[in-house]
Amino acid sequence: MIRYAARADKSIAVVFRVMVIPFAMILVSSIFSNASGEGKAPGRIDLTGLYENIGAKQVKKNVLPYSPQYPLWSDGAQKRRWFYLPPGKQIDAGNPDLWVFPSGTKIWKEFSFNGHRTETRMIEVLRDGNIRFSTYQWNEREDQAILAPESGGRGVVEIQAGIRHDIPGVRDCRACHVGEKADILGFSALQLSTVRDPEAPYAEPLEANDVTLESLIANRKIRQFPVEWIKYPPRIEARTSSAKSALGYLHANCGNCHNHNNNLGSANMLLRHGVAPEDNAEAALLTTVNISAGKYRIPGISLEDSYLIYAGDPERSAIYTRMATRNPYQQMPPLGTKIIDEKAVRLLRHWIKEDLPEQSAFFTGNKEIYDTKTERR
Amino acid sequence: MKFAKTIWVIILVMVSVALAGTLASLFAGPPSKMVKRGEYMVTAGGCGDCHTPMKMGSAGPEPDMSLSLSGHPESLVMPPVPKLPPGPWMGIFSASMTAWSGPWGVSFSANITPDKTTGLGMWTEKTFIDAIRNGRIQGKGRPMLPPMPFPAMARLTDSDLKAIYAYLKSVPKISNKVPAPVAPGEK
Repeated sequence: MIRYAARADKSIAVVFRVMVIPFAMILVSSIFSNASGEGKAPGRIDLTGLYENIGAKQVKKNVLPYSPQYPLWSDGAQKRRWFYLPPGKQIDAGNPDLWVFPSGTKIWKEFSFNGHRTETRMIEVLRDGNIRFSTYQWNEREDQAILAPESGGRGVVEIQAGIRHDIPGVRDCRACHVGEKADILGFSALQLSTVRDPEAPYAEPLEANDVTLESLIANRKIRQFPVEWIKYPPRIEARTSSAKSALGYLHANCGNCHNHNNNLGSANMLLRHGVAPEDNAEAALLTTVNISAGKYRIPGISLEDSYLIYAGDPERSAIYTRMATRNPYQQMPPLGTKIIDEKAVRLLRHWIKEDLPEQSAFFTGNKEIYDTKTERR
Repeated sequence: MKFAKTIWVIILVMVSVALAGTLASLFAGPPSKMVKRGEYMVTAGGCGDCHTPMKMGSAGPEPDMSLSLSGHPESLVMPPVPKLPPGPWMGIFSASMTAWSGPWGVSFSANITPDKTTGLGMWTEKTFIDAIRNGRIQGKGRPMLPPMPFPAMARLTDSDLKAIYAYLKSVPKISNKVPAPVAPGEK
């Protein structure tokens, strides 16, 4: 009898070891996972780690503001941006044009129209390296923002007579942000450089607390970056101020899709200004100026007369005409905007008409800035 | 002795050829299986219903297989869309079933053959998957328009979409430049 009892005890122990322990481990890990925000996206903005006090709109101390020197046009929205890097972690700039952010990194962007908060978008790098996109829609009192549906929200607020703003769905987020590698946009070497373009459209002056490339380097928050960035922060070198601003504008508004990391077939122009030693600083010009628009015909003119950019003639330049329309099937960018950026249209028009025919070379190539075997830190 | 050596060389060559053939068939196997699966999905999914223009046959409209999957024919220039009277009717489509009019404007079925200039020839597998998942041309461009059932297709697995892509890359190229969509109110 005792022998049987002993055997039964042993069986229970085996069952416990085989079934209960793994189950308990899964349970603990799932609780831990939810606690660290890895499950579903938080349902409210105050649960995302942005605010110390949402009522006072006081942001947490370890969440820092930043301001790209070439902001993306978002129909005139007033935007504020914040960045959080987990303690002890670093951004990997091994690819200077495509930084890799450690898990736990969070970025928020708040959109206001006519002085009222409308939405705050959040990007979070998860433990497996994947990126989660969430958008929070502010209530009328602006004291709380609720997680928007995955499909986004259509026409949530009027931003101009007859034009209403859409909250993007996750599918739209993916369209812009996910290239060959998941990509955090607007937080890069050129955008955070302390050498700012004073004529960049809509750029805001740097505030003392803003994250910059310089502060990331000084605080050892970034590694594997080209050492030249310390003495020579990235910038666009151009002969005229309008050429510089135009190329910066194209970098921020077009280069997130039109770059080396995306295969866009005949529209494979390289409008992202690369900051790696091996990048050709003239790539934007070499892949667009006086180059056929391929199978794209500019409305009102022939296919043969349609160019990506035609030096001296904005009307034969698809990049210009597509910026200057909001025909939903012609416009560029194809999403995220319903209102033409008139300031940028004037800038591009001037650059194409006045600057381009006069100049043959614009840049000091990156090769002249970097040594061939550039040192990394 | 020399004869034996020659025999051995012949045997070695034959074995090498057989081995190479086996290896080649092994490598050729998976893509061909994938293409077959893609063909099954494209056929069962009715992709040709819109992407292959219809022509009038003796028994009524039938797909023009000489233009298989090449989209709205470049030569078929559509006249202005007739105006529908107020009421529950919402859309009109062409006899070719490749031009569609509705509240979104006018859409034309795309050329999904592997022609480099006018079809999917420049698209990578990733571009194709992104396009279906995001409902945008090349995954990032203008939105796909009705009646393209991308929300349903977006629910397919990566391996299903890869199979469809593999099949579409294997069909004959047809050069046919499909017109750009027309926005509502645009002439």
